[in-house]
Amino acid sequence: MSVEKVKSDHPNYWRVFLTFARNSLVRDMMFRTNFLLEAVSSLSWSLMNVGFYWIVFEHASSIGAQTGWGKYEFFVFMGTTWIINSLVQAFFMPNSEEFSEMIRTGGLDFAMLKPIDTQFLISFRKVSWSSLSNLLLGIVLVVLSLNQLATRAENPWRLEPASLLLYPLYIACGAAILYSLMICLAATSVWLGRNQTLYDFWFYITNFSRYPMEIYARGWGIPLWLIFTFVIPVLVVVNVPARLLAQPLTPRASWEWPLALFTLFATVACLLASRWVFQKALLSYRSASS
Amino acid sequence: MHAFSISNRIACWWMIFRIALEERLAYRGDFALGTLMRFLPIITQIFLWLAVFESLGSGDASENQLAGYTFSNMVAYYLLSMLGRAFSSMPGLASTTAKQIREGEIKKYLIQPIDMIGFMLLGRVAHKIAYYAVAALPFAFVFFLCRGYFSGWPDAEVLVAFSVSLILAFLLGFFLDLCIGLVGFWFLEVSSLLFVYMLLNFFLSGHMFPLDLLPDPWSWLVDLLPFKYLAYFPAAVFLGKVERDQLWTEVGIELLWLLALALVARFLYARGVRRYSGFGG
Repeated sequence: MSVEKVKSDHPNYWRVFLTFARNSLVRDMMFRTNFLLEAVSSLSWSLMNVGFYWIVFEHASSIGAQTGWGKYEFFVFMGTTWIINSLVQAFFMPNSEEFSEMIRTGGLDFAMLKPIDTQFLISFRKVSWSSLSNLLLGIVLVVLSLNQLATRAENPWRLEPASLLLYPLYIACGAAILYSLMICLAATSVWLGRNQTLYDFWFYITNFSRYPMEIYARGWGIPLWLIFTFVIPVLVVVNVPARLLAQPLTPRASWEWPLALFTLFATVACLLASRWVFQKALLSYRSASS
Repeated sequence: MHAFSISNRIACWWMIFRIALEERLAYRGDFALGTLMRFLPIITQIFLWLAVFESLGSGDASENQLAGYTFSNMVAYYLLSMLGRAFSSMPGLASTTAKQIREGEIKKYLIQPIDMIGFMLLGRVAHKIAYYAVAALPFAFVFFLCRGYFSGWPDAEVLVAFSVSLILAFLLGFFLDLCIGLVGFWFLEVSSLLFVYMLLNFFLSGHMFPLDLLPDPWSWLVDLLPFKYLAYFPAAVFLGKVERDQLWTEVGIELLWLLALALVARFLYARGVRRYSGFGG
């Protein structure tokens, strides 16, 4: 590294990230069979889910009456879930796991001494490349389902240029919201010590995001819907992008555009909140090493 | 090696049982919380299935049927299958067995006058009893909240068959997992095999959905496999999905599966120990 590079105050974050990504890939490629097996096993889990919903749609015409979530619309929804989840699993999950472990073992000292933003370092250190297999599968599922929707006789699906732009944007928002939630949960290890049920908690919370939000719009589902939209906004993570793509852009119900705007707001709020929680956690951190 | 009197043996078993029990109760707080959390997905399942039932035929979701299940049946099925899983799931059994083989820890069973399979079975019984002691409360609470989805208690015969099927599910789950773990004598790394097995188990045991939903060639195939006894069968018995004259025949078949798997586990262990070689200390 040249002298000027060392002297510069701000490291080039993008290049640091690329180095992390390359290192992870090199590491993964050292154990190629393991890499393949990991990819295959996460794929088979997803395919099993397709199997389950295929069976459900053998019996039912849609998820909820008059909601527009028929078989292929729902498969677009499911593909979107996989795309977002695989992004989170590839980039953030291994790092959050390690973050709790670093707090417990005192390894965080090492990260805090580096001349780079600690949250950045903690959040992007590893990339789990095998998790991206589900990203590919998700894209394939979305494309195949859209093709089915586009070739159906009544009310065929048409590609709108706006959705091409909005879909990736809202995917990114969804991943950012989940990232914020995850890093907050991991940061609580500072106060709680090691807590395994937190990860179960993560699993159960995101469980709510995996279905169209219409299903909660009744009776005692409404408080749940409110909490998981406005307090912990996991419901908008998949719902907003999937709806943008799978359902025609016009006409739209009156609540949908405000919800899309709210998602943008929620993304920014979540990122800021995660930053705040992270800094608080660092302040309360007492090294655990000897 | 087993030159022990009966009373000595029972004392030994009792000790193994007590150690495992104490080990388990050390983390009871985390435990009870974890059990309650495990019911959270039921909430999404309830809403999901309500939405699915609404889109069937007539507008009234409570009247519609899917593969012989009403909406209430479906929710009751999920709750009961969780009860079945509480008996039949053996967290970590296969992986620990394989790990003990890989790392040579299994030596301790070879040089001590203890039978490994018996030791592990007793350990699991103790773990499960400790688990129920703590989990009974959250389970009872959730079942009480959801009592509206059940149409009363079934009669005594069904209840007996249900209880028997739960106990058999525990034993069947134990020997299935143990067999997978013992394969570790031949392949040192079994984690990928384990994952595939876990997936199949989740799908084929009926934990994911009632097996009656499967279309024809598949339902016939799944019916031939032992996995359905781990979650589907106890729930189906309770809900009266199993014909009365078939009830005990099915329990009999389950018993045969259990015997067969116990023999396979014995065989794998005997064969495995013969090819096993331990080094170092």
